[in-house]
Amino acid sequence: MNRFKAFVIKEFRHLIRDPRTVFVLFAIPVIQLLLFGFVISTEIKDAKIAILDFSRDDLSEGLVNKILASDYFILETELSNINQIEQAFRSGQVKEVLVIENNFGRNIVHDGAGAVQIITDASDPNIASLLDSYTRNIILDYQQEISNKTQAASTIIDVEYRMFYNEELKSAHLFVPGTMALILMLVCALMTSVSIAREKELGTMEILLVSPLRPLQIVLGKVVPYMVLSFIDMLVIIVIGHFVFGVPVRGATSLLIGTGTLFILLALTLGVMISTISKTQQIAMMISLVGMMLPTVLLSGFIFPLKNMPVVLQAVSLAMPPRWFLQAVKDVMLKGAGIAQIWHYLAIMFGMLLFFIMVSVKKFKIRLD
Amino acid sequence: MAELQTRTEPVITVKNMVKKFGGFVANDNLNFEVFKGEIFGFLGANGAGKTTAIKILSGLSIPTSGEIKVAGFDVYTQTELIKRNIGYMSQKFSLYEDLTIKENFRFYAGVYRVPQKEIMPRMMDALAEVGLIKYKDRLISDLPLGWKQKLAFSIATFHNPGIVFLDEPTSGVDPVARRNFWEQIFKTVQKGTTVFVTTHYMDEAEYCNRVSIMDKGKIVALNSPNMLKAAYKVDNMFDLFLKIVR
Repeated sequence: MNRFKAFVIKEFRHLIRDPRTVFVLFAIPVIQLLLFGFVISTEIKDAKIAILDFSRDDLSEGLVNKILASDYFILETELSNINQIEQAFRSGQVKEVLVIENNFGRNIVHDGAGAVQIITDASDPNIASLLDSYTRNIILDYQQEISNKTQAASTIIDVEYRMFYNEELKSAHLFVPGTMALILMLVCALMTSVSIAREKELGTMEILLVSPLRPLQIVLGKVVPYMVLSFIDMLVIIVIGHFVFGVPVRGATSLLIGTGTLFILLALTLGVMISTISKTQQIAMMISLVGMMLPTVLLSGFIFPLKNMPVVLQAVSLAMPPRWFLQAVKDVMLKGAGIAQIWHYLAIMFGMLLFFIMVSVKKFKIRLD
Repeated sequence: MAELQTRTEPVITVKNMVKKFGGFVANDNLNFEVFKGEIFGFLGANGAGKTTAIKILSGLSIPTSGEIKVAGFDVYTQTELIKRNIGYMSQKFSLYEDLTIKENFRFYAGVYRVPQKEIMPRMMDALAEVGLIKYKDRLISDLPLGWKQKLAFSIATFHNPGIVFLDEPTSGVDPVARRNFWEQIFKTVQKGTTVFVTTHYMDEAEYCNRVSIMDKGKIVALNSPNMLKAAYKVDNMFDLFLKIVR
């Protein structure tokens, strides 16, 4: 135990000696969160809209004029039948279609209620949800105006909302779990593998192996500091996501942290595994970046929805640890899922963890001989 | 150097040591003993099988067959005990560049379980010996190569191992530093430590009490430098080496 303590102290000394790296490890998640958070909430101007007005009466035209008078929308095209909606979206120009029911004006005057439908292109879910809320606000305003004008007791415009291509608006708050996956991969897999590779490169690994330190102690000693760092990182990300950007934590916090810890262990083991196959820091870095970071970004569903990918890539994504982590964290944070709903994701991650540990131990032994 | 000194007890015994990698025989039936307090030179061209032998003797690798004891412990079953009782210095003078001299000492002292109370006084003694006391808080990366070499040796012998293995400990340093380094080795030997050293400098081979010369996995010569020179009728170790390793 004494030996192990000496080793861990040494590892922390390396970290302290290199404050820039530590700073970067804490600055990256914060900067990334802020970037994602603010990019997503950017205002939209002059979004192109198509209008399908079945009614064409004073009240419906009044609504159209009011919408087009705002800064948010410009009219791209007027449609005449339902079949053109899909086409309008396919052209890629139109971001939203507003459908006004037949006899809109008459319905409002007679029944006090009219109906419109907002359809958005949710292949970019963030823009879609923004356009939706803009349109709703304008309609609400208009509803108020009509009430005042007609002196009716109440006027209701019933808004029906549909998104095309991404009905559940899946990635609205996904940037928090996504950043978590990315940062934990970076700190755990990259830093651990580089730090072990550094001992090999400098020849100190030889000395360590000749010393009474056991190989397992060496590996654990390498892993401990980064475990601490990444745990802090995880908390920082959750806190900023929650308090700065209002990303909800609907499920149990303990479950969220537990899931994160499992992923941290998984990423650390990956780091150790990478280090067993790389002789230099550079190789370790390359493998981590290309082999770990890119798939985390591209194949986990963080940025690009998995559903829209070719089947082959979807299959590849099944082997990506971040995919399962993302799924579990998303469900816990956004949907308030309990362990009963996510246990299978956790089980898959746990299985991967055991697999990577077995491979690393085997590789480590082979290298010793 | 001294001729064959009165033989003390052996600290390394190697009988019929064989190490094969698949069909390749890296160590082909080695037999030798190293005695307490001697400087044993382990020579041979690159690829002759020196590194393989050192790995076995330092508990890193298990031989294919043979009966080998280091510091009284068996290389098959007692590698942990061997590791505790030997020191090792590699040709890279492997110290942690981003740590200070003191921190490097503390780390290795911890790994070899030097009692906490003894660490500082022993470190000061070791640093006094190499004249580096006032630099104890300097980072290793700021030190010249010759100093690193001395420090690497001090650290390799800090836990007072019975045997210290030096793997080409003088590669890359200038002749003056090399001479100084050997002074450091002589001092350590006087304290009763056994030194097992590999080198490619034949002038250094002269400093050894006995040298063995390996060629193609076999030990082809083993005796004191003077006896060897006489036996092969050459003036110096360099000619001897060339004559043997052809």
